[in-house]
Amino acid sequence: MRLTVNGEQHELEAPFGRSLAEALRDDLGLTGTKVSCGEGHCGACTVLVDGAPHLSCITLVHTVDDRAVTTIEGLRDHPLVDAFVRCDALQCGFCTPGQIVSASALVEANPSPSSDEIRHAMAGNLCRCGTYPRIEEAIRTWRD
Amino acid sequence: MLHAAVVRSPHAHARVRALDLSRAREAPGVRAVLAPGDCDALDETAEFEGRAVVAVAAETFGQARAAAELVEVEWEELEPLLDPEEAVRRGSLVGEPRRYERGGYERGLAEADAVVEAEYRTQTLNHNPLETHQCVCEWRGDGLDVYISTQYIWGVRDDVAAAFGLPPDKVRVICEYMGGGFGAKNGAGGYVTLAAELARRSGRPVRLALTRREENVGGGNRNATIQRVTAAAKADGTLTALGGEFICSLGWGGWLASTAGPMQLLHACENVRTVEYGAKLNLPAMAAFRAPGFVEGTWALECLLDKLAAELGLDPLELRRRNYANVDTMDGRPYSAKELLECYRRAEPHWERRHEVRARSDATWKRGVGLASQIWYGGGGPPSYAWVRVGSDGRANVVTAMQDIGTGTRTAMAQIAAEELGIRLERVQVQVGDSSRGPFASISGGSSTLPSMGPAVRAAAADAARQILEIAEQRFEREDGTLSLRGGEIVSPDGTTWPLEEITGLLEDGQILGKGARGPNPAGMRVLTFGVQVAEVAVDVETGEVVVERIYAVHDVGRVINPLGARSQIEGGIIQAMGHTFSEARLDDPHRGTVLTKTLDAYKLPTIADVPEIVCELIDKPDAQLTNLGSKGLGEPPIIPTAAAIANAIRDATGADVTSLPITREEILAALREARERERVGAPSA
Repeated sequence: MRLTVNGEQHELEAPFGRSLAEALRDDLGLTGTKVSCGEGHCGACTVLVDGAPHLSCITLVHTVDDRAVTTIEGLRDHPLVDAFVRCDALQCGFCTPGQIVSASALVEANPSPSSDEIRHAMAGNLCRCGTYPRIEEAIRTWRD
Repeated sequence: MLHAAVVRSPHAHARVRALDLSRAREAPGVRAVLAPGDCDALDETAEFEGRAVVAVAAETFGQARAAAELVEVEWEELEPLLDPEEAVRRGSLVGEPRRYERGGYERGLAEADAVVEAEYRTQTLNHNPLETHQCVCEWRGDGLDVYISTQYIWGVRDDVAAAFGLPPDKVRVICEYMGGGFGAKNGAGGYVTLAAELARRSGRPVRLALTRREENVGGGNRNATIQRVTAAAKADGTLTALGGEFICSLGWGGWLASTAGPMQLLHACENVRTVEYGAKLNLPAMAAFRAPGFVEGTWALECLLDKLAAELGLDPLELRRRNYANVDTMDGRPYSAKELLECYRRAEPHWERRHEVRARSDATWKRGVGLASQIWYGGGGPPSYAWVRVGSDGRANVVTAMQDIGTGTRTAMAQIAAEELGIRLERVQVQVGDSSRGPFASISGGSSTLPSMGPAVRAAAADAARQILEIAEQRFEREDGTLSLRGGEIVSPDGTTWPLEEITGLLEDGQILGKGARGPNPAGMRVLTFGVQVAEVAVDVETGEVVVERIYAVHDVGRVINPLGARSQIEGGIIQAMGHTFSEARLDDPHRGTVLTKTLDAYKLPTIADVPEIVCELIDKPDAQLTNLGSKGLGEPPIIPTAAAIANAIRDATGADVTSLPITREEILAALREARERERVGAPSA
């Protein structure tokens, strides 16, 4: 199958049942995408598929054949990355790739989200360290 | 690299009657299979759910998992012991009961004008770091490399070396980054032994990562408690007696954290009697979890104090001030520093908001304000070591084999070295996380990382600075001890300055090597941390919904190194506390003893939508008695008082006494009914 990740095309042989997260991490070596629960409850594995957030741990890789996948590695230069650092929006950092990917979809659709809009859009991304106030601030000030 | 999967007991108490590994051994991709007898981490008797029985390593995780499914185990189920009170009755305990008494408890009760009693309960909680426990083990010759998500690389080194009979330095432990621990990752754990043994037998590196479901069973937990507590006081609020019986459901192992600690330490009281039991049950063992014991004990103590204040008709803040301890309550030692009174003073305006907050109540939504105070350790201690290397370019490299578990320790160490060397932060690099590439460093637990490591780094940087200045004094023909380092320059008292590189540049490939060790804590003094939190809540008396609208936190942890990181620690602690206050609970099948909440869908962590307004303040006054830094740890203090402050706010808003965590709507509605009943019958006179 063909997998387009961060604008780059990859030819991939994947057995049926392989998740997008496994393909990204194990086949393509893109380990920025984190697997935390493996069953779609925590948001750590979030990637964009055609610009929309998807949980890569419960997305079968074959369902994204020929679609554009964006991972945290593809958002390296996104202003959100600096905003997260500036606002101290991460502690252990394990959830951060998923947070930034989700936030990038939010600010793409709504560049000036309100506090409620941020909370609504980001409620599916768990952070056990409790950096939520900092994440909210980073998203609110992402263009500063 | 191979991937491992583990077959675990699905029963809380059972014995393996028969085990058939033949199909698993022949499954595709399988390279090694371990059974009981092959490795100490496997056993044929399971005293708790999740006990490892068989481990498999295969080319992919899918293959390992599939092979594990092919292991046939015939179990003989045994009766599990699940009731902590029954365990205490039967003497099924981890360790001896811990008894403590000072003064005369009975006399204290007799002298009192008011006595309040209550039973408080707390639930079992899972740490649920977003990165589960995991490691990769690889043998290199007769040595073993362990890449691991841990809070203590030296502890892992020693545990693994002991398990394999190796000299400790034959084990190299690497943890550059890790995805959260909260106390659950303080040592190696059986899963590392399994990975290392599978790697030994297969001759390949092996990765073993707990699944989220395994993590929620065997990843460690904050044990549940039952606390029967009593407080007695004179009419003026002077405490005359505090007492409690604490039953802690430790599971099949672990240790008895000090649930009675807050009662013994927080408030001045001459007569205290406590007994703590560690109930040994057929449940997964507890592990340290962010201020173990003190989170549970403070919940009960600080709720009880508000109950006492109500009984006496005293202001809860005033009651705490009247029982302020000026010396250590347990042995009379002076505190190295204590700014709890200043915390109370700064909390006062937030506490005074209660009149205005209450006034915003309506028929459905009742509003109120509550407070709770906090005491904890956090002074750190020796030994810990650091090296500071300054190159010819004038840049510094801090080397120490500690780990940064997400608390920003790297940044703090860089700040400390930069300040001491008088150079910009960007010119300092920090290298941590490798037991073979740096000196011994402390555990990242017990709020001890900064107060243990910071002084060592400062001493190492001071040693490097001294050497640089000695060279400079010779070269510039200045008297010994007259020059200093500031703003990237060597500065003379007469105003002459030289760029630092003018001296370090002489080194070419040479380096200045500074060494530093953590000194002792002040002799004869008690080093503790303190704080106060004030919560504002709105309670829907029809549905039992509680909305926390605001939390004010003020903490005294000595000198603050990184104000941004410190605020993050306070917010993070409060948010984790919101979890155990309202939503988190490990639920066990009451008959079978198996964990029902194995997923992050069932075990409810707080989300961004649950966060109240949080206002943080730090006293930020260096502890002059404590090390060359004056800093204490802040990882744990903020999680300690939150639940009690919230419960006290609920009481302030509604008169309802909540006594169990988590505070569910059901709990609120029942407490409201009780409060109405008390009112109908008539409140007892104080």
